[in-house]
Amino acid sequence: MKDIIEIRWHGRGGQGAKTAALLFADAALASGKYIQAFPEYGPERMGAPVTSFNRISSKPILLHSGVANPSIVIVLDPTLVASVDVTEGMPDDGILIINSGKCPSEIKKELGIAGGIKVFAVDASGISKETIGREIPNTPMLGAFVKATGILDFKEMLEDTRKKLEKKFKNKPGVVEGNIKAIERAYAEVRS
Amino acid sequence: MAEKKKITKPGWKNLPEGDLIIGGGTAMQFKTGDWRSERPVHIPEKCINCLTCWVYCPDSAVIVKDGKVIGFNYDYCKGCGICAHECPVKGKAIKMVPEREAKIETCK
Amino acid sequence: MAKGNIVARTGNEAMAEAMRQINPDVVAAYPITPATEIVQIFASYVADGLVSTEFVPVESEHSAMSACIGSSAAGGRTMTGTSSQGLALMAEMLYIAAGLRLPIVLAVVNRALSSPINIHCDHSDTMMVRDSGWIQIFSENSQEAYDNMIQAVKIAEKAAIPVIVTTDGFIISHGMERIEILDDADVKNFVGEYKPKDYLLKLEEPITAGALDLTDYYFEHKRQQIEGFKASKAVILDVAKEFAVIAGRSYGLFEKYRLDDAEIALVAMGSTAGTTKVVVDELRQKGLKAGLLKPRVFRPFPKEEILEALKKLKAIAVMDRSDSMNGHEGPLCAEIKAAFYDIGVNKPVLNYIYGLGGREIRPEDIALVFSELSEVAGGKEKPKVSYLGVRE
Repeated sequence: MKDIIEIRWHGRGGQGAKTAALLFADAALASGKYIQAFPEYGPERMGAPVTSFNRISSKPILLHSGVANPSIVIVLDPTLVASVDVTEGMPDDGILIINSGKCPSEIKKELGIAGGIKVFAVDASGISKETIGREIPNTPMLGAFVKATGILDFKEMLEDTRKKLEKKFKNKPGVVEGNIKAIERAYAEVRS
Repeated sequence: MAEKKKITKPGWKNLPEGDLIIGGGTAMQFKTGDWRSERPVHIPEKCINCLTCWVYCPDSAVIVKDGKVIGFNYDYCKGCGICAHECPVKGKAIKMVPEREAKIETCK
Repeated sequence: MAKGNIVARTGNEAMAEAMRQINPDVVAAYPITPATEIVQIFASYVADGLVSTEFVPVESEHSAMSACIGSSAAGGRTMTGTSSQGLALMAEMLYIAAGLRLPIVLAVVNRALSSPINIHCDHSDTMMVRDSGWIQIFSENSQEAYDNMIQAVKIAEKAAIPVIVTTDGFIISHGMERIEILDDADVKNFVGEYKPKDYLLKLEEPITAGALDLTDYYFEHKRQQIEGFKASKAVILDVAKEFAVIAGRSYGLFEKYRLDDAEIALVAMGSTAGTTKVVVDELRQKGLKAGLLKPRVFRPFPKEEILEALKKLKAIAVMDRSDSMNGHEGPLCAEIKAAFYDIGVNKPVLNYIYGLGGREIRPEDIALVFSELSEVAGGKEKPKVSYLGVRE
């Protein structure tokens, strides 16, 4: 099972935690990996804490159980840390990437992380407001994610995401460009 | 009455699958005349040949030739009596006769 | 060996994709979680002109299956999809479709039945209609869901038996995975043109369908259906062989995973089979001779073939994702135990009821089952039926 990287996304209903996991899986697939992306489903309520998951491997993935011990956790909404234990089940060498303007050492203290979990922070909300015009942190978080983990090739991921967005927003080229810019900025601005 | 004969029914290997009945107009093979306890009898003298009975008969058992009612097809007539009921002629040009009596009549 | 295009698809997307490539004449459907997306995505294909299908939005699942029966009897290649309560509402019409020998294909996303109301996976919905006369094919993942849908069309038409293809609700239906999609032309050639022998719109040779069938004919027609079911095993295998040629992926009535030299094994259907394979691999590394049998076809039940595959084992655990409410065991276990009776073998068979209402089944749970099996193989006694993952 160590051949598989497991990822958990934390967000609020409507913030795009599911879409982020799907986009990331698609990008990983384009780079030749085996992938899974699945949400933790419940009644869909805007604003309620939600999670979604990825598995990435160079071999076929047969596991169909939930992800209990993710080595990477991405938090799309900084206010979630007050109500959700975002580090639950993480190994000591895990990576936590959070959408926050605060500096990582401060976040570490807030979350009470004593061990070796590495924390990365990027103001994805601010970036998305400036580039997309709305608070949609999930796409910029993809950029921060690639920088922090090195799992995917950044250029390939960017190209693949562009293709996906162009398909989804056929009639809104501005949305595509805004998202791409957001990913690039988050990639550059993420801190550890 | 249709002649009674012993029918050997096909086994499962020789039936069309899916409860299908192949071919059109197969209701012709199902003679319902033996359901009848009363039969309509046509009275030509009173009949005005309005063909109301022909229109109403649910079994298409009223025989019409050259625009005139000439009788009933007793192979299919179930004896429902709608023809007699709908007949607009005063005193009725169709009367319903109990099958038992009708048979005796035909025997004479 | 990959012959197709590699894409990321959820189970629902994969099934809708298969339907697009099949391009059926008619799809009549009503939405229900978690199967909604299948027909929703398909409806967008219809709206976008990607298929020439007549899409009939209806007011209930009962109507959906009724419309499918009408369309199929008229001579059209017909498909639909549903889940749980929707399948329950269809139940009456399922028997009619099967009795009329109409080759309808139905995608079912397995979901628990109410009450209590729940939208997550278990197999109680398809188990409820297991005797309805539909072939039932279970899928472990999105790839199998896609492959099974394409094969189902051909199986149904060759066997004159309608086919249900299942996926596990949310786990597969909403889980995105890497799958290989065939070229449109390959699928089109594979399913070919539907040429029914007798159908209602064949005006030059009229037929009657659905006539009253009483004491003198009903039994004969049911016997035909039973014999059709017996013969369908060969049809399923033939279609799988043809499919392997275009797809490079082989299917049987069931899959054996490290089973031939195994001493203990699990029998599990659907997505749990995948998780079990991971556990089997781990146990094999530790030297334990563990294996898996994954029934793909639950109806018809491949009794002789499964017996042959299981008879050398020391102990077997049958995983049931539903209960029969018979006071003793689950439906899959009952089938397997009954099969052993016929060859006079009294083998330790443990039954595990698991995953009801979407309750998580983890590798640790499956490892526990294997460890109990090991003890039983060594002569220890264990409860005949256990409830895995429930709070006591």
